[in-house]
Amino acid sequence: MRDVAIVSFSQLPSVRAMDAADEAEMVQPVTSEAMKQVGLTQDDIGFTCSGSTDYLPGRPFSFVAAVDGLKAWPPIRESHVEMDGAFALYEAWVRLMHGDIDTALVFSFGKSSLGPVPDILNLQNDPYYVQPLGLDSISAAALQAQAMVDSKKATERDFAEVAVRNRRNAIDNPNAQIKGNFIVDEILAEPYISSPLRKSFCSPLSDSAAAVVLAAGDTARKLAKRPAWIRGIDHRTEPHALGQRDLTASPSAKLAADKAGLGKAAVDLAELHAPFAHQEIILREAMGLGEGVEINPSGGALAANSLMTAGLIRFGEAASRILSGDAGRALAHTTNGVCLQHNLVAVLEGE
Amino acid sequence: MNEILSAPYVLEYTYTRSTGPVVSRFLENLRYEVLEGVKTVDGRVLCPPLEYDEEGEPTTGEFVALRPSGTVKSWSWVEEPRKGHPFDRPFAWALIQIDGTDNAMVHAVDAGKAKRMSTGMRVRLRWADQKNGTIRDIACFEPISPYLPGPVHLEYDVNPGKHYSAYLRGLEQGKLIGGRDPEAGKVYVPPRGADPMTGNPTSEYVEVSHVGVLTTFTIIRIPFEGQKLTPPYCFGAIVLDGTDSPIYHLISGVPHDDIRMGMRVKAKWKPEEEWETSLENILYFEPTGEPDAPFESYKEHL
Repeated sequence: MRDVAIVSFSQLPSVRAMDAADEAEMVQPVTSEAMKQVGLTQDDIGFTCSGSTDYLPGRPFSFVAAVDGLKAWPPIRESHVEMDGAFALYEAWVRLMHGDIDTALVFSFGKSSLGPVPDILNLQNDPYYVQPLGLDSISAAALQAQAMVDSKKATERDFAEVAVRNRRNAIDNPNAQIKGNFIVDEILAEPYISSPLRKSFCSPLSDSAAAVVLAAGDTARKLAKRPAWIRGIDHRTEPHALGQRDLTASPSAKLAADKAGLGKAAVDLAELHAPFAHQEIILREAMGLGEGVEINPSGGALAANSLMTAGLIRFGEAASRILSGDAGRALAHTTNGVCLQHNLVAVLEGE
Repeated sequence: MNEILSAPYVLEYTYTRSTGPVVSRFLENLRYEVLEGVKTVDGRVLCPPLEYDEEGEPTTGEFVALRPSGTVKSWSWVEEPRKGHPFDRPFAWALIQIDGTDNAMVHAVDAGKAKRMSTGMRVRLRWADQKNGTIRDIACFEPISPYLPGPVHLEYDVNPGKHYSAYLRGLEQGKLIGGRDPEAGKVYVPPRGADPMTGNPTSEYVEVSHVGVLTTFTIIRIPFEGQKLTPPYCFGAIVLDGTDSPIYHLISGVPHDDIRMGMRVKAKWKPEEEWETSLENILYFEPTGEPDAPFESYKEHL
């Protein structure tokens, strides 16, 4: 196995609606900035991979248009996943294992502002038994949150405290969308959207784009003073049907974290991709992240959640703290699917 | 002027889906109001049926008939349904374990109120009127109530007895009749069998005044079963002039804040043509405008 590291990261500030930029116009600033940070151009990149979903803009093959934000002539090696950009990072990491190239550019973009996101996400559900019922993403997550309450693993107050902490952390994050000193009792007075979920237990809808550059071995050391080495990375998925799972636990996150080597040494911080407050509690329990681990110093998905990008941003935020020397070892996590069905975990470390 | 153009845009796919032997049998059966699960290799039953269990083992293809009822394993109340939800009125999403199965089905529960929802509650399946071989042939589930209707209905003839009959006959003619104990001289309205102070029969009927003193009152602000009036309203005890026991009636024609003990009040009658043998012939008591009665004058009637 080659050593591969994140050597740079760039993101656009998350906002409710980025009307003035199409896909290419969102991609160009972040990819060029990520490459510029390490003195590279597209000609120096061995492999380019992106993550997005066409259902956000509602245009089939819209991801192809995003390539217009890159220099793609002469032809480049390029790939795409219909998933969060963090899974594109995983593909790029696998590609770097081949050993014939030393650098990769990973990017993703998400415009949540164009369509009815909770209804779009119903298309993730079983097309025979669930999709025809119109189970939106908030209601699906609400079934999971109620199961948490019923099993006494958490209370609504716990959910509110997660939201308050994340949005307080986000105060120092210029790229976050919802931030400030929120008050638990005020959150608990919000009406339910789908009980027991209130507005502040849910992530906002955001538009954003992000990019990272990966590099292997000595190339990484040449490009960055303190590369964020990917010590382990793994992803696991669970059955699709909600009625086949214990929604209050995340065996997939636990297994992915074990395989990524989380248990080998303590981490200073974890960037968890939890689009709903109760999901952070499930993930922490699954991965055994106790009081000594700082959770989401960036504010996490509850402060900004541009779909298909928020996961890659977790990787970028965790890596940034290693690149800057503020952290020694960090966990980055991304989820995909309904109610934490699929989880990707990486352990990042400085040298 | 916003230089960024914007336009509405609809995305639709007219795809059809092949269903395969397991899903198609289940969905086809729904048309005939038949609910079935499929058996797994290790003897569990899944409904809705799946081709493979979570271990990746093909299910057996053996179907079992199920009773269309189950238990709620988790739920979420939606007060304001979204477009595309199965109801346009408040409802619950739920994971429902059909009786005799080992997994759970996502569906809607038509419970009316969030208060009726709880994990562990029992629900029964409600079939859709129109069926088309989809999961929506199940219209929804509905709560199975742990209560059984227990009404009591018995038919009697009542008679109010001699004294009340005299009282009610009086009301029919617009009169208020009291009963007097000829020895002690106290007058009770309505008349009663005996003067409770002396034990003597109140054998004389006398017509009493329609004016009296409000001795005490209450303002009703809470709704209750069988209530005929809309709260808030005032109910008071009135000792009619020359009598020694209060009658009880509505107090109206005056702001609630102005109602007070000792207030002089008079009966407000219905139009004569509506009179029956009922105290309802009096609509309410209203202030006369006279000065209040001193407390000493009615304190023995409190």
